[in-house]
Amino acid sequence: MSRTIRPAARRTVAALATSLLAAGLLSACGGATSGADAGSSDPQASLADLDAALEEGGELTYWTWTPSGEAQAEAFMAEYPNVTVDVVNAGTATDEYTKLQNAIAAGSGAPDVAQIEYYALQQFAISDSLVDLNGFGLDSLEDQFTASTWAQSTVEGGLYGLPQDSGPLILMYNKDLFDEHGIDVPTTWDEYIAAARELHDADPSVYITNDAGDPGFAQPLIWQAGGHPYTVDGTTVSLDLQDEGTRRWADMWNQLLEPGLLADIPTWSDDWWKALGNDSLATIVTGAWMPGILEGSVPEGAGKWRVAPIPSYDGDPVTAENGGSSQAVVKQSENPALAAAFVRWLNSSEDSVNVFLESGGFPSTTAQLNDPDFLGAAPDYFGGQKINEVLVQASENVSTDWQYLPYQVYANSVFPDTVGQSYTERGDLNDGLLAWQDKLVSYGNAQGFTVNK
Amino acid sequence: MVRNRRVIHPRARRPFSVTRPPRSTALTLLMCLFLLYALVPLVWLFVNATKTQADLFSSFGLAFGDSFALWDNIARTFTYDDGIYLRWLGNTMLYVVVGAGGATLLATLAGYGLAKFRFPGRAGYFAVVLGAVAVPGTALAVPTFLLFSQMGLTNTPWSIIIPSLISPFGLYLIWVYTIDSVPTELLEAARLDGASEMRTFFTISVRLLLPGIVTVALFTIVATWNNYFLPLIMLSDPKWFPLTVGLNQWSAQAAGVAAEPIFNLVITGSLVAIVPIIAIFLFLQRYWQSGLSAGSVKQ
Repeated sequence: MSRTIRPAARRTVAALATSLLAAGLLSACGGATSGADAGSSDPQASLADLDAALEEGGELTYWTWTPSGEAQAEAFMAEYPNVTVDVVNAGTATDEYTKLQNAIAAGSGAPDVAQIEYYALQQFAISDSLVDLNGFGLDSLEDQFTASTWAQSTVEGGLYGLPQDSGPLILMYNKDLFDEHGIDVPTTWDEYIAAARELHDADPSVYITNDAGDPGFAQPLIWQAGGHPYTVDGTTVSLDLQDEGTRRWADMWNQLLEPGLLADIPTWSDDWWKALGNDSLATIVTGAWMPGILEGSVPEGAGKWRVAPIPSYDGDPVTAENGGSSQAVVKQSENPALAAAFVRWLNSSEDSVNVFLESGGFPSTTAQLNDPDFLGAAPDYFGGQKINEVLVQASENVSTDWQYLPYQVYANSVFPDTVGQSYTERGDLNDGLLAWQDKLVSYGNAQGFTVNK
Repeated sequence: MVRNRRVIHPRARRPFSVTRPPRSTALTLLMCLFLLYALVPLVWLFVNATKTQADLFSSFGLAFGDSFALWDNIARTFTYDDGIYLRWLGNTMLYVVVGAGGATLLATLAGYGLAKFRFPGRAGYFAVVLGAVAVPGTALAVPTFLLFSQMGLTNTPWSIIIPSLISPFGLYLIWVYTIDSVPTELLEAARLDGASEMRTFFTISVRLLLPGIVTVALFTIVATWNNYFLPLIMLSDPKWFPLTVGLNQWSAQAAGVAAEPIFNLVITGSLVAIVPIIAIFLFLQRYWQSGLSAGSVKQ
């Protein structure tokens, strides 16, 4: 999930980050094409070697912003007393990627294990910064994870992270508002647009949802609409932000954007948190991790909110992933076997995933997702609704053929300058998407990729 | 006719002087606007530091909320996440005391030396210092990062302290101040009496230079206290963060998959963070004023 609006200071940082990053991508691509050396440094080991590494022990640094990270590491150290894990919160999402990219470019200072969101994983994998975990035999864990999170951790056959959580898109709605205006909860996007109009007409201070232009939101929706704007094959990229699925989303969303049916509030801003609590947003389309956050941070919403499947285009319940992270082993690590063993424990052991669950996270492991206690939970906050049944159903309906760009962090950073214009002017999103595409093509080519040639 | 008109009765002319300048409504208004511009953010910060997070969302920004939670907010700011805020405050103090203190000391020694001693390469040194004044710190951040990274100093307090030690502007200020306020005759008299250069410096020159030194100290303290960009790229471990970067991390916590908004603590933390710097300013103000006017009048 990325942020939409950044203060001026952040922009400078982002610009600098990109400049360092640029060097990183270039050199990496040069290396990858010049010979097979890059591949030979990947480990050839087995699960038994991981157990041996745990026995032998050592020290690890683990970068994460997951709230349960510290507690998980403590549980790990209790189980494997020879290992010391230093948990460092080096920043949330892009802040962390900037630091990670800088440390990789500088050749020192990177952690052994880092939390990386799925959308950014490919970028670090393709620049040869991460260890292929298949070399440690972790491919044997595949059937423990949901298909979509596993697919997102895999880049060109290599396993570059182990999934921590997932965020299948769902619809959260304020039941009080729908009841008050006598409107049914929409199940298709057509109904959603109609409900948006009815609600806003009945009470101009109420909007169906907010969207001020957010790449971490638009792309999952394009994914849900069946779009395949990015196709990546090695260093060859083809980019089409006007393919059938992308247009399908843009044309649908235009019907909300152009008449002003969307609240112009950036997601995650203080105004947004405020709107969630004061009944001015009727729904949010979001990831399955959101109910836990709402319950923890919007006490005013207690009893009002419910969870439903995301509206569909034609009755097909297909959904997409919004957010979610994996834990990756960084190539700079001096003890990759131990790091891989930690990652394996962190995201596949029951002890660890349970700690993660208690903190309100939404897991990616099928054992936890299908646990009767988990499915049967009926929190009061959601009026006693068995929300996990809806969320888990969504996680099974994620289409797995989506691909992000190998320079997605940059792509997201220029989304506000291009597609964001359409939002500001309430104009055709397709124009903004084309402007975005132009930027992405020229940047990709400048970075040494072959884009749309 | 024209001449006659210009003859005005002497009593109608108000005796303007430097201490009694003419009154101007426009200027007074402008000044009031400026005052508002400077004070409103501070008022906002204080008012909102008294609110709970729920109140922050439901009340007008410049009015008090339903509750008065200032003390509770302060207590939570200092205890949140095992008291990491206190650690950040300590780090900022460390960077200020060692970094700004060291910068002041070095600038004083070097500026004084350049002003009072003749040695080969002095002109070149002068050019380098003047040039360095013109280079913004931000432009040096990335090269400095790569350099420190090769030396293995990133993510240590040294990566913040060492760059803070250099203050070309402070050096230049002391240099100019020395020329104006330390008479060479006085130094010669001290030398004749047999005082060593060090003794002359510490017993005579430093006292004469005090207003200048305080000015440089204030500049470097403020610069180090507000330092954001350098620690942002140098440090990855929150336990070495200064307040600026730490508060930004708290603010960023409101976004993403594991979001945990603590806007009330960000605001209270910001309020607490500016209290020491305001205190330092009030305390050292009189020195600063005399330092600013240094060299403006030929004695």
